[in-house]
Order: sequence, then structure tokens, then C-alpha cells
Amino acid sequence: MLNVGKIEEGFVLDHIQAGKSLTLYYNLGLDKKDCTVAMIMNAKSGKMGKKDILKVECDIDDLNMDILAVVDHNITVNVVKDGEIVEKKELVLPKEIHNVFKCKNPRCITSIEQGLPHIFVLADEKKEVYRCKYCEEKYSQRVKTVVQ
Amino acid sequence: MRHLMSPLDFSVEELDALFDLANDIEKNPKKYEHACEGLKLATCFYEPSTRTRLSFEAAMLNLGGKVLGFSDANSSSAAKGESVSDTIRVISCYADICAMRHPKEGAPMVAASKSGIPVINAGDGGHQHPTQTLTDLLTIRSMKGRLGNFTIGLCGDLKFGRTVHSLINALMRYEGIHFVFISPEELKIPDYITEKLKEAGITYEEVISLEDVMPKLDLLYMTRVQRERFFNEEDYVRLKDFYILTVDKMEKAKEDMLVLHPLPRVNEIAVEVDDDPRAAYFKQAQYGVYVRMALILTLLEIEVA
Repeated sequence: MLNVGKIEEGFVLDHIQAGKSLTLYYNLGLDKKDCTVAMIMNAKSGKMGKKDILKVECDIDDLNMDILAVVDHNITVNVVKDGEIVEKKELVLPKEIHNVFKCKNPRCITSIEQGLPHIFVLADEKKEVYRCKYCEEKYSQRVKTVVQ
Repeated sequence: MRHLMSPLDFSVEELDALFDLANDIEKNPKKYEHACEGLKLATCFYEPSTRTRLSFEAAMLNLGGKVLGFSDANSSSAAKGESVSDTIRVISCYADICAMRHPKEGAPMVAASKSGIPVINAGDGGHQHPTQTLTDLLTIRSMKGRLGNFTIGLCGDLKFGRTVHSLINALMRYEGIHFVFISPEELKIPDYITEKLKEAGITYEEVISLEDVMPKLDLLYMTRVQRERFFNEEDYVRLKDFYILTVDKMEKAKEDMLVLHPLPRVNEIAVEVDDDPRAAYFKQAQYGVYVRMALILTLLEIEVA
């Protein structure tokens, strides 16, 4: 049994689909932040069988959580303060996502003009469909590339 | 300041006003011949398209304005690596309105976001070609007397054909339209479009044979299978002559059916069909100039008394 200690302030992202936590780590830009992160992969879960957990020790306002809803709205976001869970955040689909995913359409203007921001716009809230602001390419697994 | 990126940028009411203006230009061309005197249209064409570019230039010249521009990327600063944003900032200092064609999708939108003058999307890759759609709508409205309550057949490349996608999106806003999609299996209309039709409760059917559906059509929109949209030459050669509209097939059509085509035509309409009074595609090219004239006036906010 692996034990990971409590965090004082930050987030615990629970019920992440097994194997997805590393993608989330980059999606949230944690690789560029100077904070302590614990990544627990393939933990046993009564609900999911296997799951990943991310524990992030950082200022509460430091992370853009919008992206979580796009990646997987089943993730549970626990906000931790003074070592205790003080809030469970509800994930809401953002209207626009800036510079997180890269459009993979080879005909898109972003493929040749490097300075342009990569923007995806919520086109259908019910079906959770995002489209590239420029070429309207649908956001899918194919475009799940993190803008580095 | 207003731009035109997609045919849906204009509401149905705004389109009606635009088409009324285009029809007035058709009837009274003299009234508009000095409307744009002293103004310049820049045609920024990063890929060749003689027809669309000349249509824009003719429109501006008919309005008494002047034109400048380039007709392929190699003769522009893009060849030196200049971004679209920088180019449009410079063009904004030279001209009053810009028509831009670009092989990359979304390029005119990027231009519009940095531009000091109205930008018209004159075609961006396989994405949008709004002035072609406006041309199609004006032709239908002028020649049929209505936009709605008809059965329209769309034939040929329904997969990559942006004019077709754009036209369907625009027609979805009118009532009583039944779509007949005529294409080989490989060039079928994309699912996201049929899903949209289903959601909106609009009826459609997908068929392979053009001949079988001819009698029921009020309009037939033919398209060319475009070589430049294929990554594989073999597929293009196999599919390019799948449909050819002939005099024999026209005999099965209604007496008042109209044949439209965005042009250029290659083999998909036999030249003998040109003499049929129902062949409306050259008239359509004429309407293309009227609608672009109306669009230039509208975007420049010029009213002619």
C-alpha cells in the first residue's frame, strides 16, 4: 500500500480516468509551475475499478480549472485549505479555451502562423463539442495535443 | 466596422436587404456607377482564382472605384514570410476594403481581427466561400422568386465541396426545403451536416443516381470534383467523371427546374446543356457581380439615393 501525505493548500483531483493524469499534468501547465505535485496512477476505486489522483500543492487561484471539464467532467475537484477539504468544485464547460489544445487541421492558418493563439470555442454545449475558432475543426482525441 | 467571414454573418432580414439592393443594381446600373468614386478595393489572393478575383474587380469598377492587389502568394510579401496580420495592417493604409482568398482556413478571420478596413472572405481553403453562397442565394431568389419551399438536389463532391456546405447552412434558415444529396459513396455529405439537418427537422435523402431523382427537383446544384482537395491523385481520377449532366438527363427534369454551378465546370455538365433555358450557371456568374457590388456598398456603408 502506497501512502501519500495530506496537502495543506491546493487541490486534490480525484476520479481521473486511469492513465490520464500525466496528460492532465501538462494540460494544467503544472510542468511550468514551481509547486509540489503527487501523481497517483492506477489506484483502486470502488466506482471506477482503477483511477488516477493528482494532488497539487499551490495557491487556490493559481490554476485554470476550466480545462478539467473539457478533458473529463467526471473528475472530482476538492479544494484544500489548512489541510481540510473546504469545497468541492463543480466543473463547467468554458466558452473558450485558449492555448491549451493545438488545432491539428493541416489546412488551418494556425499551422503556418506560429504566433497565433490556439482558440477553441464551445460550439455545442449539450454534446460538449468544441471547434477551432479559425477553421472550425472539431476538437477530438486527434487534437488533444498540448500547446508547448 | 463590419466584415464578411461566413454567409451566416448576415441575418435573413439583412440578406433580404442585400439582395434587394443587388436587384436594384441589376435594374439600374447607371445609378451606382459613381457610388465608390475615390475608393479602392484590395484583392489579396494568396492562391489563384481568376473568376472570383475578376468578379470582385468588376464589381468595384462598376461602382466607379479602383482596384489593386496580388493574385498569388509568390508575388506578395507572404513569400518573404510576412504574416497575414502584418499584411492586412499595411493593406489597410492603401485601400478602403479588402477581399482576401487564402489556402489556409481562418486566414481572413485573422486578417479581420487586425484590419482597419472591412475584410471580405473570398474563400479560405475548404472552409468558407461566403460570396459564392450569396451569389447562389441571389440567383435562386431572383430566378425562382423565393428562397424556400423547393426541393434542391446537390450533386457531385459533397464531401470536400465548401460551396455546398455553405449553401446548405444558409438554406437551412428558410422554410420548406427538401435536400437531395447525390454523390458517390466516397464523396458523401459529412455526418455533421446531416446531423444538423435532423436536429432542425429538415428532410433530406442521400442517393447515388442522378437520373432517378431528376423529375422531383426544382433546383439542381452541380459541383466539380476538385483536384486540389485530394491528397491522392488516383482517387481524383476515379471520381472526377462520376456525374455528367446531359441533354438526355435534362429531359427528365421539370420544365422550370434550374441548373446551378459555382463554375468553373470541367466535364460534369455537357456543353450541349448550355443552350437549355434552364441552365442558369452563366446568369449565376452575372449575379455574382451584382451581389458583390451590393456587399461592397453595404460594408462601406454607402447609400445611393
